[in-house]
Amino acid sequence: MDNRLSKKSAGGGVNFALKKSKTGIPGFDEITAGGLPLCRPTLVCGSAGSGKTLFALEFLVNGILKFDEPGVFVSFEENEAELIENVASLGWDLKGLTEQGKLFIDHVHIERSEIEETGEFNLEGLFIRIEAAARAVGARRIGIDSIEALFSGFSSDSLLRAEIRRLFRWLKAKNLTAVITGEKGNQMLTRHGLEEYISDCVLFLDNRMQGQVATRRMRIIKYRGTSHGTNEYPFLLTERGFSVVPITALAMDYEVSTQRVSTGVERLDTMLGGSGCYRGSSVLVSGTAGTGKSSLGACFVSAACGRGEQAIYFSFEEAPKQIIRNMGSIGIDLQTPVDQGLLTFHSVRVTSFGLEMHLAGMLRMIDEVKPAVVVIDPISNLNSVAVLEDVKEMLARIIDYMKMQGITAVFTDLSHTGSSLEATEAGISSLMDTWILLRDIELNGERNRGMYVLKSRGMSHSNQIREFIISREGISLKDVYIGPGGVLTGTARVVQEAAETEEQILRQRKADSMRQELKRREKALQMRIQELQDAFAAEKEEIEQELAETQAKEKNLAYNKSALAAMRGRDKEER
Amino acid sequence: MAFNEGLESAAGEEVSGEEVLSDDFWELRLYVAGQTPNSVKAFANLKRICEQELKNRYVIKVIDLLENPQLAKGDQIIAVPTLVRKLPVPVKKIVGTLQDSERVLVGLDLRRQ
Repeated sequence: MDNRLSKKSAGGGVNFALKKSKTGIPGFDEITAGGLPLCRPTLVCGSAGSGKTLFALEFLVNGILKFDEPGVFVSFEENEAELIENVASLGWDLKGLTEQGKLFIDHVHIERSEIEETGEFNLEGLFIRIEAAARAVGARRIGIDSIEALFSGFSSDSLLRAEIRRLFRWLKAKNLTAVITGEKGNQMLTRHGLEEYISDCVLFLDNRMQGQVATRRMRIIKYRGTSHGTNEYPFLLTERGFSVVPITALAMDYEVSTQRVSTGVERLDTMLGGSGCYRGSSVLVSGTAGTGKSSLGACFVSAACGRGEQAIYFSFEEAPKQIIRNMGSIGIDLQTPVDQGLLTFHSVRVTSFGLEMHLAGMLRMIDEVKPAVVVIDPISNLNSVAVLEDVKEMLARIIDYMKMQGITAVFTDLSHTGSSLEATEAGISSLMDTWILLRDIELNGERNRGMYVLKSRGMSHSNQIREFIISREGISLKDVYIGPGGVLTGTARVVQEAAETEEQILRQRKADSMRQELKRREKALQMRIQELQDAFAAEKEEIEQELAETQAKEKNLAYNKSALAAMRGRDKEER
Repeated sequence: MAFNEGLESAAGEEVSGEEVLSDDFWELRLYVAGQTPNSVKAFANLKRICEQELKNRYVIKVIDLLENPQLAKGDQIIAVPTLVRKLPVPVKKIVGTLQDSERVLVGLDLRRQ
């Protein structure tokens, strides 16, 4: 009756607001829209070592620690001591929880050789044990790992099936949310077809080899009454337990910073709107081999340590000592920050373990060190252990993780010659806030490095190509020469610059001589003017003298005339 | 009830039995869950076999898990009824109503297979 009802609700697509029980497993509650079906059994199947037991235990431990729901763990495989020891490394104190009366571990041991069967029987003993355990702690959750062990203990298959079916119904009736594990079978999900009896939720865990590296994945095979992703979700078994990666369900609500951090290359800061990239942003440095990606990464960490901040350099290619030596040769001192405890190196070959282990290791380290800047060099190597999509999802996860903590992340990515430079190997450019592209510029028999900012969210960045120069004094950027023949770098640029200088000198000289000529002409003109003025002055003097003489003569003449007349007139007057 | 009577008589025999717990003494426990037909059948069968094969050399303790559920863990009881041979060692378990006397005897190491 009850069964029919729920079937109807699923078939009609009507969500009867199925109640969920949160697992507290990061990512899992997101992909299932709230966790496991409440008060119903869930089957978790998978091959050996796929993490079934851990899933069941984490469901219980989280129930106790996060949701105050006590639990019972019925183990058919490991005993209490083994379980306690196995999960101690995850920080779960099963012993403590047991002592607090929150957890009850019941190890059900079946030794086939000890057991003889004759006549009728049932598994009421098991029911009684589970009920006693559940009552002892007031359990809301239960894990059963793995009930299929019963099949090795008893010969009557049909009886066991009937009893297991009865157990699941009984668990429902007791309002226990159950996680039941089952070993993967040949044709079926589980060896003994437990999936027939569990209709509400079936999860499949997989630990698949890809190349030579194992990757863990989880798939929801069915989940009645809930729309769920049918994808395979990669998951991690980290130091803190399970972690599922639901890229689509990530809540992007972290704080953002307006604070800028220097890239360690002054001129690059200028290109990035004048003051470097935003704190907590993700920076992608891509380029072909030997373009200086690692060096730029080293610059980033060196600058961070110079500011007294913590930094981590994850390297998949070089050993720490080699990086320190190599960077020392180009004037970037990484030894000092290491000695000061500011810089942490983590070098590991990509192929040493699976993707999820790498990222788990990184996350753990980030948690421990709490760095301001993280460099991952290079992410393109991750492709050798996983398919592109997985790498992308994992990176999305790590980027989000770092963004939440306000960590500036620098990723280097090796692009292969031949493929488009702007196609990143991992296809992750959309996850990045700033993308710096390094490229070779081959010209006149030499190879030089060019750099430009392909994108940088939230700032006006330079659109110019700069020459990226790695010298003994470190990294610097130079303007490239852009002439009619294209972009010139290296020697060509130097030659061009020299030619320009020469030309300038010539122009200068020409101007100088023209200026002198002008002066000379002015002088000559002035001299001529002087000459003329002098001549004129002389002439003037002569004329004036002549005039004076004439005047004097005139005066004299007039006087003589009057004197004569007077003489004559006096005679007349005297009579 | 036949069941309870049986229990008492078994306990009585423990008292009246020999003091020496030699290799020849049999300590048997029968785990049941309430007085179900299976429980009663198992006890009757066990009693009959013991009287035939182990007269005065055995004691049967009947443990009702409904009353003492915590006792199930000690002897790793899953199925009921379960007969456990505590003594002589090694521990042997026989599950079911003990219908087939021959199998019970084999299970208790009283007969070679």
